Amino acid sequence: MSKSVINRRPISARIGGLLFVLPSIITVLIFVYGLIIWSVNVSLTNQNSGSKKDIKYVGLKNYTDLISDERFTHSLLNLVKFTVVFILGALITGFIMALLLEKGIKGEGFFRSFYLYPMAISFIAMGTVFNWILNSARDGDAGGLNLALQKIGLGFLQNDWYVSEKGAMYAMALPAIWQMSGYVLALFLAGFRGIPDDMREAARVDGASESQIYRYVLFPQLTPTLLTILIILGHISMKAFDLIIGINGKSYVTQVVAVYMWESTFDSRDYAKGTAIAIVLLIMIAIVVVPYLRYNSKQQAYR
Amino acid sequence: MSNDIVDLITAKHDVRNKKRKLNGKEKFWLTFRYVSLIFIWFLVVMPIYVMVINSLKGIKNVYLVNAFKLPEKIDFSAWSVAWSGTDYFPQSISDSMIRTLVFVIQSSIISAILGSINGYVFAKWKFKGSNFIFTLFLFGMFIPYQAIMIPLVRIVTTLDINKSIYVLVLAHVIYGIPICTLIFRNYYEAIPNELIEAGRVDKASMVRIYRSIILPLSIPAFVVVLIWQFTSAWNDFLFAIFLTGGSPKLSVATTALNFITGSSNQVYYGVNMTASLIVSLPTLIVYIFLGRYFLRGLLSGSLKG
Repeated sequence: MSKSVINRRPISARIGGLLFVLPSIITVLIFVYGLIIWSVNVSLTNQNSGSKKDIKYVGLKNYTDLISDERFTHSLLNLVKFTVVFILGALITGFIMALLLEKGIKGEGFFRSFYLYPMAISFIAMGTVFNWILNSARDGDAGGLNLALQKIGLGFLQNDWYVSEKGAMYAMALPAIWQMSGYVLALFLAGFRGIPDDMREAARVDGASESQIYRYVLFPQLTPTLLTILIILGHISMKAFDLIIGINGKSYVTQVVAVYMWESTFDSRDYAKGTAIAIVLLIMIAIVVVPYLRYNSKQQAYR
Repeated sequence: MSNDIVDLITAKHDVRNKKRKLNGKEKFWLTFRYVSLIFIWFLVVMPIYVMVINSLKGIKNVYLVNAFKLPEKIDFSAWSVAWSGTDYFPQSISDSMIRTLVFVIQSSIISAILGSINGYVFAKWKFKGSNFIFTLFLFGMFIPYQAIMIPLVRIVTTLDINKSIYVLVLAHVIYGIPICTLIFRNYYEAIPNELIEAGRVDKASMVRIYRSIILPLSIPAFVVVLIWQFTSAWNDFLFAIFLTGGSPKLSVATTALNFITGSSNQVYYGVNMTASLIVSLPTLIVYIFLGRYFLRGLLSGSLKG
């Protein structure tokens, strides 16, 4: 019945839809895909300063140069360290929060609202505070976390945080975890509550203990949620920029790929290098996101 | 709409066996859960606490060693300095805040209108290839904007529009198309097709159906998109720093703040803290009053609608 109605639809209506979104389609094609191609093009030239004289194609030279560029490999390694700690930290923290809340508890709304507020605030603003909280001053001079650790008798854990060469990126992951755990909580909470109560009841009737219910009934159901969270956290982490700038500026110890791209473009006016770094970042993110988008669009088609 | 993700999260879940007396083991776990929840609550609130108390200590009495200590006397002088500046602290935040507010409101409204039209077509008037194009849109949501930034800077410089704040309106509208389209599309997908069919039987045009059936139902989605675009444009640093080139005349809240806290004013900790707090207030207030809509926008980014 409804099919015949669709078939009787005048041709103009079917094209009409396209006409209305055409401006947006063209805009996205130009400003997303067109500019990416343009960036790739710049990255293949020797455009290393503001002047436009003698621009030549140099093939992949800018990319091969990056491999031997100590500052680039340093920022890439920093990004890897940051990403690992941030993803694990946010995942575990958010999961614990969700476990504590998922059965429902008095005051749940209160806790949930507070756990989610960090995502509404800019990292440039929070950087001022975390700059203090993660300050490296110790003992008598200590202020933030170092002081708090002394107070609760864990003074031996005092640390240089983001200042030390060795631990800087792990320290940087702390504010990121602080901000994103709420997101993980929200996704896991939705995951838990999407599981029909009957499944728990059935397992309970079969004599399963509470921990067995979690282990064998609930956790396996959360696999798609886990996948989503990993991809979201992964692409956010790889883009880390204002978080780093907000706390520690462009300092070498905490430099990551996005910050190095900014420095190369702004301070050194090396556009070819800047675009090459940006394209490397794009490829890294595409590797994570494109399979997810394809999986997602297939899911949509079955609906 | 029973499988709606935000409803799932905020659903009043049954507090099982509420009436029954808890046995010892259950009592222990309930206490354990509350202790853990309160401990996490302290960690989450701590940075804002530090910001607030240090903004109330005035100009001179703010030291790192007292970071967690409450002020001895409440003193708002840092607020007036951070907002309007004085001779020793010239970079105030008020001009940038107002400039940001004006441009962010404009870009959010344009984004919402575009998103609504796109979402309507992608949900209800699918054409050949529309799903593929929609996926192309979505990819635009995940890209690192660095990958388009250098050509974009060149375009706005060549067209000479980088001298006005509209360059940021343009950027946020363009790169907001994917997420806004997604939010509206997911929202319209849930509207029953029968409503559209009924309109068609009455020979209403596509535009007519949009105006008289879809638009009146769209208010919640508009709120979600407006809040989302408001928050992300307000908090944006990347576009602002690249496209306005650090020009003080075009500084927005985040770039002005970064300039203040990152420059030689480091001694005025209290003022820095206050400026950071002031910059955070608009998005915080939106979150406090419309948190549910904010959450929905946030979760759209995970594509789960």
